[in-house]
Formats: sequence, C-alpha cells, structure tokens
Amino acid sequence: MALKMVKGSIDRMFDKNLQDLVRGIRNHKEDEAKYISQCIDEIKQELKQDNIAVKANAVCKLTYLQMLGYDISWAAFNIIEVMSASKFTFKRIGYLAASQCFHEGTDVIMLTTNQIRKDLSSPNQYDTGVALTGLSCFVTPDLARDLANDIMTLMSHTKPYIRKKAVLIMYKVFLKYPESLRPAFPRLKEKLEDPDPGVQSAAVNVICELARRNPKNYLSLAPLFFKLMTSSTNNWVLIKIIKLFGALTPLEPRLGKKLIEPLTNLIHRYVTTNTALFIQHCASIQLCVQKLRILIEDSDQNLKYLGLLAMSKILKTHPKSVQSHKDLILQCLDDKDESIRLRALDLLYGMVSKKNLMEIVKKLMIHVDKAEGTTYRDELLTKIIDICSQSNYQYITNFEWYISILVELTRLEGTRHGHLIAAQMLDVAIRVKAIRKFAVSQMAMLLDNAHLIASNTQRNGICEVLYAAAWICGEFSEHLEEANQTLEAMLRPKVTTLPGHIQAVYVQNMVKLYASILQQKEQSGEKEAAQEITQLMIERLPQFVQSADLEVQERASCILQLIKYIQKLQIKEVPVAEEVIALFAGELNPVAPKAQKKVPVPEGLDLDAWINEPPSDSESEDEKPKTIFHDEEQRHSRHKQPEIDEEELARRREARKQEQANNPFYIKSSPSPQKRYQDTPGVEHIPVVQIDLSVPLKVPGMPMSDQYVKLEEERRHKQKLEKDKKKKKQKKEKRGKHHRHNSLHTESEEDIAPAHHVDIITEEMPENALPSDEDDKDSNDPYKALDIDLDKPLADSEKLPVQRHRNAEDLKSPDSEAPLAEKKSKKPKKKEKKHKEKERDKGKKKEKEKKVVEEEEEKKKSSKHKKKKHKKEKEEKSKDKKKSKKKHHHSEEETTESVQNGTLDDEPLPVSSSALATLTYDIQGNLQNDSQVTVSVIFENKSTSFLKSMELNVLDSLNTKMIRPEGSSVHDGIPVPFQLPPGMTSFVLSSLICACSVGGGGTSSCCLGNDEGSTHEKLDFKLHFSCASYLITTPCYSDAFAKLLESGDLHMSSIKVDGISISFQHLLAKICFHHHFSVVERVDSCASMYSRSIQGHHVCLLVKKGENSVSVDGKCSDSTLLSNLLDEMKETLSKC
Amino acid sequence: GCPRQQTGKIHFILLFSRQGKLRLQKWYTTLPEKEKKKITREIVQIILARNQKTSSFVDWKDLKLVYKRYASLYFCCAIEDQDNELLTLEVVHRYVELLDRYFGNVCELDIIFNFEKAYFILDEFIMGGEVQETSKKSAVKAMEDSDMLQETVEEYMNKPAF
Repeated sequence: MALKMVKGSIDRMFDKNLQDLVRGIRNHKEDEAKYISQCIDEIKQELKQDNIAVKANAVCKLTYLQMLGYDISWAAFNIIEVMSASKFTFKRIGYLAASQCFHEGTDVIMLTTNQIRKDLSSPNQYDTGVALTGLSCFVTPDLARDLANDIMTLMSHTKPYIRKKAVLIMYKVFLKYPESLRPAFPRLKEKLEDPDPGVQSAAVNVICELARRNPKNYLSLAPLFFKLMTSSTNNWVLIKIIKLFGALTPLEPRLGKKLIEPLTNLIHRYVTTNTALFIQHCASIQLCVQKLRILIEDSDQNLKYLGLLAMSKILKTHPKSVQSHKDLILQCLDDKDESIRLRALDLLYGMVSKKNLMEIVKKLMIHVDKAEGTTYRDELLTKIIDICSQSNYQYITNFEWYISILVELTRLEGTRHGHLIAAQMLDVAIRVKAIRKFAVSQMAMLLDNAHLIASNTQRNGICEVLYAAAWICGEFSEHLEEANQTLEAMLRPKVTTLPGHIQAVYVQNMVKLYASILQQKEQSGEKEAAQEITQLMIERLPQFVQSADLEVQERASCILQLIKYIQKLQIKEVPVAEEVIALFAGELNPVAPKAQKKVPVPEGLDLDAWINEPPSDSESEDEKPKTIFHDEEQRHSRHKQPEIDEEELARRREARKQEQANNPFYIKSSPSPQKRYQDTPGVEHIPVVQIDLSVPLKVPGMPMSDQYVKLEEERRHKQKLEKDKKKKKQKKEKRGKHHRHNSLHTESEEDIAPAHHVDIITEEMPENALPSDEDDKDSNDPYKALDIDLDKPLADSEKLPVQRHRNAEDLKSPDSEAPLAEKKSKKPKKKEKKHKEKERDKGKKKEKEKKVVEEEEEKKKSSKHKKKKHKKEKEEKSKDKKKSKKKHHHSEEETTESVQNGTLDDEPLPVSSSALATLTYDIQGNLQNDSQVTVSVIFENKSTSFLKSMELNVLDSLNTKMIRPEGSSVHDGIPVPFQLPPGMTSFVLSSLICACSVGGGGTSSCCLGNDEGSTHEKLDFKLHFSCASYLITTPCYSDAFAKLLESGDLHMSSIKVDGISISFQHLLAKICFHHHFSVVERVDSCASMYSRSIQGHHVCLLVKKGENSVSVDGKCSDSTLLSNLLDEMKETLSKC
Repeated sequence: GCPRQQTGKIHFILLFSRQGKLRLQKWYTTLPEKEKKKITREIVQIILARNQKTSSFVDWKDLKLVYKRYASLYFCCAIEDQDNELLTLEVVHRYVELLDRYFGNVCELDIIFNFEKAYFILDEFIMGGEVQETSKKSAVKAMEDSDMLQETVEEYMNKPAF
C-alpha cells in the first residue's frame, strides 16, 4: 500500500503539466506533430489512472491541444469524469474542457444532466457559477428542458453572482426550449428591478435580445424600460435599452416623441466616441446627420466607418437629409479600407433617385475598372445591379442606358456573377417590350464577340451572359437586322467549348433564328438563299450532335433531323417557313417565381379523378399519325401582322382564350390594372416606340453608357427648358403672383420623364393567389419559436417540466461512476445515516399473491430536531407506523382521487407538512418501463431560510423498492438535487419506484432530511398506491375486447352499488377519470370498459346501470388486482 | 456554412498572434469542430491581410468581425449585423484590462502558459455571448475568490496519489 502510494507520487512528479507541455511544443518546432502525438499517448495513459488530479491535469492539457486543432472528442467521457470531481480545481477544468469541445452532437452530453443539476445546487457559489458558464456553451434542447426549472430557481438565488449568471443563461434556455419562456418570464421581469446592477443589466440584456426578435410581445414593458433609462447610470445598460426602444418605436409611434428628451440629454452627456455610440441608435434625431459628417471626415478609420453605418440608419427614415451628403459618400468609395467602401456602397443603394442614378452608376463603373481584388469588384457589380433593379427598376429612366451598362459589365473577367448579369438582361428584355429591339441588337453583338467573353471558358463565370444573349436573339429574332450574321456566329466551332447548358440554349435558339430567316427569305422569294441557310445548318449542326452533354446532343440531333426534312421539302419547292415558325408561336409571359405554388385548386376539381376512362390494354391505336407539314389549317403566325385584319385578330383572340381556358397548365392572368397588357390584342398591338438610335452601336469594349449620360443630360435640359417656357407663359397669365415660388423651383423626381415610354410588365400571378407572407419567413429561424404572447396568464400545463423518468437513466450514469465519497463536499453536512429496518427481500413471489391492503396514510410531524436525534427517530417512526395503520383509514377516498393520469390532473395531495416544508406527491404509471411507477414529490419551503441538502428515501417493502443509483446500498437515500429558496414556491422532484406487485395497494414511506445550517428536520410520510396508480389508460377495440373475454383465463368478480343518482354518461366519465379506464363500447345503459396494468394484466369491466343502482362485473388476469380495484371503485361510486 | 443559427451578441472570440497562431478561442455558438477550424483559418487570414491603418471592422458572411491588435496579439469578436461595433471594441478592451489586472502587465506568454486562466477570466466577463459583468472590480474579485478555492501546485504534489 505504502509502496503504491510512493510510486503514485513519484509517477506524478514526472507527469507533464500544462506548462511543460507548452514549453515542449515550443521546443519541438520542427517535429511538432510527432511530439504532440507522443504527448497524447501519455495523456491517454494518465486518463486511465484512478487519480482525479492526474485526470484533470490530462484534460487540461487536452484542452490546450484542442485549441491547436487536435481532435479530443474521444476524451469526452473523461471530461465528464473531471466535471464531476468534488474539488473546484478539477471541476473547473472539466467544465472548461466541456465548454470548449462539447456540441449538440456529443452523445455523452446527456450523461451530464444530473451532474450539472447537482452542481447548480451546490452550496458553493463558484461550483454553481462554473456549471452555469459551462452550460451556456453546450446547452442542448434536452438539457434545457431538464434544467430549465433548476436555472429558473437560481434566478432568485441569494448571491447576485449566481442570479446574474442564471438570468443570462436563461436566454439560451429559451432558444433551445421555447416552452420555458412563458413560465420563466415573470421572474425575468422581476430581475429588471434587481437591487444588484449586474443582475439588472443581465436581465436587460436578455429581454432586449428577446424583444429585438419579436418586439410586439414586449411593448407592455416600455414604461419600465423608460424608467430604467432615465434612472440608470450604467452605460452598457443604457445602450441596450436604447437599442430596445429602437425596436419598439416602430410599433408604438408615441414612444418616439417621449424618447427625444432623454436621448438628447444622453447625447449631451457623452462626448466623441460615446456620442457615436448613442447616435447609432437614435435615428429619429435630425441633428445627427451634421455630427455624422464630422465623424465621416475624421481621419480615424473607425469613426469614419461608424459614421457611415449610422448614416445608413438615418437614411431609412430621412433619405433627403442624407442625400445631400452624396459627395462625401462617393469620396469614401475611394478609401483604401474595404470595410469603409462597402459601407459607402450600402449607403448609395438607398440614395439613388431618378435624377442621380446615372451619375452614381457612372462613378461605380469607374471603381469597377479600378478595383483590384475580385471580391470587391464583384461586390460593386452586384451593388450596381441591385441599385438599378431596385423596386422594379423604379429609378431607371432610360433602359438603353441600362442595357449598355450590363453589356459593359460583361467585360469583367473572372467574376462570379455572370449569371446575375444574364438574369438582368433576360428580365429587362422580357419585361420592357419597348427595349427589345435595342436589346436584341446588343445581344447580337455579344454573340458576335463571344470569343472575347468566353476566352477562358469553363471557369469563367461571365460566359453565362451568352446564355441570355442567345436566348434573347432567338426569342425576339424578329427584331434582328443581321440575322444571318448572328446565326453564323452561333454556329461557330468555338461555341462547342462553352458549358453544356449554354450550348443547349444556343442550339434551341438557332432554330428560332433559322425559322425567322427562312420566313424572311421565302417572303422575298429568295429561294436559293433559303436553301443556303438550310445547308449551313445541316453542315454545322453535327458538331453539337457530337457533344458530350446529353441535353445538347439530344436537342441537336432532333433539330438536325427536322432540318434535313425541311431541306427535302425545299427541294420539292414546298413553302415551309410558316410551318417552322409555328413551332415557336406564342408569347412567353414572365411568371412570378412563386406563382405555381399559389395556384388555388378550383372548386369542384378532383385531382385524383380520372379525366378519361383508363385505357384498356386491348385498345389499339388506329388513328393515322398526322403529318404536320401537310396540314394547311389552323396555324399561328406572328409575322404576318400587316395583312391581318381586325376580324381575324378577334377570332384568334377568342380561339386563344378558349384554348387557354381548356389548358390546365395555363396560368391565367389576373384582371388587375397592371396586367392590362394581357387584354390587348397581342404582341403586335403593343405600341412599340420608335427608338431613335442616336448613339451609334459600338463594339463592346468601348464604354457607351457614358454617352447616354450626356444625352440624358441634354434631354433633361431640353425638357426643363420646355417646361420653363410653359411656366413662363403661365406666369404671365398669372401676373407673377407666384413669382418667388417658381424661381425657387428645382427639378424634382416627378419632373423627369422617362426617355421613352416604357411598359414594365409585372410578373404574373395566378388568379386568387393568396397574399401569403409565410413563404418569406424562414421556418428554421430559431427566434420564431420565441414569438410567444407573454401577457396571457400561465396555464398549469405550461409549468416547467421537472425531473422525471429520465432521472432513472441519469442516476446510473457518470456520477455513479465517480466514487460516492467525493460527492460530499467540505461543509459539515448532516447526512443522516439511514434506517436499518430489515423487513424485505424474502419470498417476494409468495408475497405477491398475498393480499396487502394497507391503505393508509401516515402523517407525522417531527419538528426541529437538534442535531443528533436520528436513532430515536427511527424507533419512533416504526411505532408510529403501526399505530397509524389502524387509525387513518379515512383518508382513502382522498388519495384515490389524487391519483390521476395525464392532463386531467388536479392538485397533488399534500401528505406531510411541518413548519419548514410541505410535501405533496403524485403517482403515475410509467409508460416506457413496465412495472415501474413514477412518484413526483413536491417540496414547498415554508420557512424563511434556504432548505439545503434535502434527501429523499423510501423504505423498500415487499412490493415496492426505490430505484437507486447503481452501487448505492438499499438504505441510501437519494439526495434532492436542488436547494429550495426561502419562502419560495413549490418544486417537484420525481423519483422512480419499482412496483413488484400490482396487488391492491402497496405502502411505502419516505423520509426526508432538511437542514439549514444547524437546523434540520425529518418529514415522514406514506405513499399510498391505489390500483389506479398501476393502471394505464389504454384504448381497446371491441373485437379485441371480445376475444379477450372469450379466452377464459380471466378471474371474475363483481360489485353492485345502490343509490346512484348521476347520469350514466357522467358515471362512465368518473370511472375513466379516476380509475384510468377507457370505454370500449356503450349500448344504452350498458358499457364495456378496458384498462391495462403496468405489468400487462388486462382489466375488463361491464358496467350496467339500473334505476338507482350500478353493477360492475370485472374480469382480470390477476384476481387480487381485480378485487382491490373493485373495492376502490365501490368507494368512488358510492359517492355519486 | 455560417453560424447563423442562434445566440446573442457575440458569436465567438478569437485571440491569435501576428504569426496567425491561435491563442484562445471561445465559441458561443455550438458548431462542429471541423467548421470551427475552417472559420478560424479564414478569419485569421482575412485579418492578418488587413492594413494596420484600416478600421477595426470587417464584414464576414452575415456577421461582422470587430478586432483590435494589442502588442503582438489580435483580439477578434464576431457579432451580428445589428450589433454595436464600438461597444464590442469596448468589450475587447475591457477584457484586455481584466487580463492586465489579473496577470499584471499581461503579455502573450502569460496567455499561452496560463491559457485556462485566460478562459476563466473571459467566462467571468462574458457568458453566452453577452457581457455579464460590467464592473471590472467584481469580475476580478470573482476570479480571485475562485482561485482561492483552488489548491496550489505544491499542495497537489504533496497529496497522496489516491
């Protein structure tokens, strides 16, 4: 022994501690990895030792290695061991390691529940503190649920140190277990007025965080916060409160006015940096803008940044006042600090108007050229697109300009945002009809210069724009002037190096182009030219047929066959253009992204019903396949417009409507005024404004947008002059009455008329689409779950869960592994050595059959024992017990009533009380585990001081036995894992009891030690088990019930009760409620009922109601259970 | 890939040297180890690449990084978009002050060799990403009191092995 001890000490002398490890790593710079793996091996050895100090040292080193990036998850269990050490030194290290490496996926985390609960209730505030801190890092939904109640209790701890931490961690608990918010909120609110500033600030923190996410639920707290704001001197708290008001004011405008005064006071009170701090949160004050300008002009980069940030907040409410500082903000775009440039960009987004859009974008384009890093350049690119496209292109007056900007942006190499530009091009070309002609010409140019764009293919994101270009040129090919040239460009061999999805679009759209060229040639009678173009297609298409991309290959080979067929017809001199063009007839309308989802199912439409009779297998297809090319009738063409007369148009319109009405896939347009274009006679009749192409088309590579800017300026100037002229005339007429007003007139937003009439088509939505905003919300948003009405009174069902069956599993886990001796902390605690009665463990089986009807309840008060009275107590107690057996029969009805299942539950039964505390309990069958029942005991502290170290013990009897942690002896009690604050509410603990028998009722007694300093007390009480405690309401079908009765191995017994006055319905409800039965079947005044015991015995009842009496026939596989049950039932019924 | 999911103010705090060595990390969001490593690497790189005279704020994914360099160590916090940058700088500064008080003129080596203490101090100051103690005095006192509970190394060495 002695030798071992010495050896242990010597070993330890050679153990590396953390410092050694750190030093070692620093000394092994060359072979760090090797050195560390050596250390990890040593650590593994250390972890195998029993000595907790060695283990803690090892875990400490592991935590350091974890920071260096080494995986230590394998040591999770050892970490828990160290967490459960009794010494703070080690515990602290254990919790640190846990907080660094545990996460929701750590499976051993569930083993910590009980240890943490124990630490939370430790008399040492630092134990509690360290547990709370650790928990704040790794709390899981399970832990949150199981510990919510304990933490809530700690919010009223005597020490502010603990209260503060408990309040803060509550926020985490709310997030993980939102059900805890309502029960805990009243106490949290109390903490806003805690005498300790730290606790108060913690409460403000938590409530502000909560309110920020769901402000409307916290409006009622505004007066309280207002008071705090005017009284508090703590900067940190003030900032939080101001922030909170920032969230509340939009909901309650009156608040804003009230806030101005205290806020102004605050601003005057603090200087420079602090001002910035406050200004950040008081966007309601105009004077800020001036002060902010000073900040932005400051040489300190941080102030500059914050100034811009604050500006952007003010921008939302007072755009005008910020817009006047445009110069300054544009200047910031040149700053060398990217963070500042990004903030300036944010501001620009909100500052644009019709008037300054072109100018701002021009500046941005310059920056795009100058930008060095691709990230910032990409950011600029997205910002330009964002700025221009915001609120449905609200600020764009000239779409030609915008298209040119987009084309210019295609010169950016290596951008990730090619698809963004492409999407914009498509969107504008589709929705702004007036611009199509121009757009098509620009896109044709892009296609022609594809080699510039796609020089570095595959990895070059910009080639995405070719996708858009090809589609636009194909779809709107009627606007193409040099269609031949574009088709040529699309058929170049280089195209095959483009990504597959782009090639596919190329292939599809070259056919559209081809069709339109064909038509053009045929109409002008150039047969040879038409055949040439067909020949060109036939020659070039095979390169796509060979494509490795399936989509390209399939489309190309399909089209190649088609064109070969056309060629045959062309040789026969058959006109084909009309037919080919018909392939692409019809207008594509822009459809809103979510339109499909919002199509309501029309009334009377059964989507599952067959539309036609399902075809029988024998049916053969006799119909002759029609050849489309010889069918001369019914064709839609969109290029014949000039000749079509009004009548014909009307007819077609009608036909189309008919067709649409019959087409289930067609999404109907709503009759909203914006969508009026739908009712116009079709594409042909949209007034396409003649665009005066005053800007010559240029090869991309030359910025063209600048010229638009100039043009636009001229145009505006002209417009203004005209207007002024008009005004002058008016003025003359009015004899200069409003002279002053007119001279001050400046160009305002509305005065700028768009360059040409633009009809922006809104995206289509189905009729009756519900304006649902749900789809905007993220269903994964953890804060959504916290959107809870806090003003509603608390329902009983909402009470925080208290330790339940889970306890049983947990008790088996880690802390039982840790030596029991360690659990007892230094403080002189009087743990009673428990009762040595031995009345059990013999002949269980025989006893089982014996009837044990001890329905009794024992109340015994033993108040304030001083120190060492235990021995006497025990004797006393057993005497009392015997006495009470005879005495207390009266209480039976009371108890049976108290034992109910599930939610019907009313107040549990008080069983024992003293000056210090009252105990109540409730018993329920355990659904998960056969032959177990759960007893919940509620402790209510009635004294004025803390109840510490409570212990619960149940004397094992023949029928029942308490489930104890493994390794503890049958006499040991289970310590209650919490302390009860003085005068405080009741708290529940549930503990598991194993019922070995279901005969009638079992008795058991609990013994409890409370102590507070020198005072301690023992409360004895008896647990009464009625039969209902063992019954679990189980539904049963009538046929299963009948089979059960037929089986014949059931014992039978019956009772009859007279003097029943209540209705049969009511009577059945009573049986269901009190005795946990369910009704199987009911016929008139006769009903069959069923229930099952936790040990699997079936209980069947037949209840018949006579005039004034009720008879109950029972069948059960256990006769004892049945007779006891019927006795209890008699009792219940006789009260009716 | 971004720690969007939860928590209050501060998502995580990183301390690293000019050479990019991590000296302390505290995560107030629970993330898998791999993710943490990736984020750390990325952030260290971003911040070390920044010029000395730039602002202390960097946009990173949908979070903001607020950092400050003290001697050879960078202190970096990740906060949410709506959070106050200056206040966070103040938090960083306060932490440095606390370290200073505890170690007495703190240097990088103090934090390396007593890294667990640096964590304990941080835990007294910030919890779950929220400032829990605004008073320097209280934080230091709590730290000293809990140290009192801790045995000295000698005591530990003189104890029997079991």
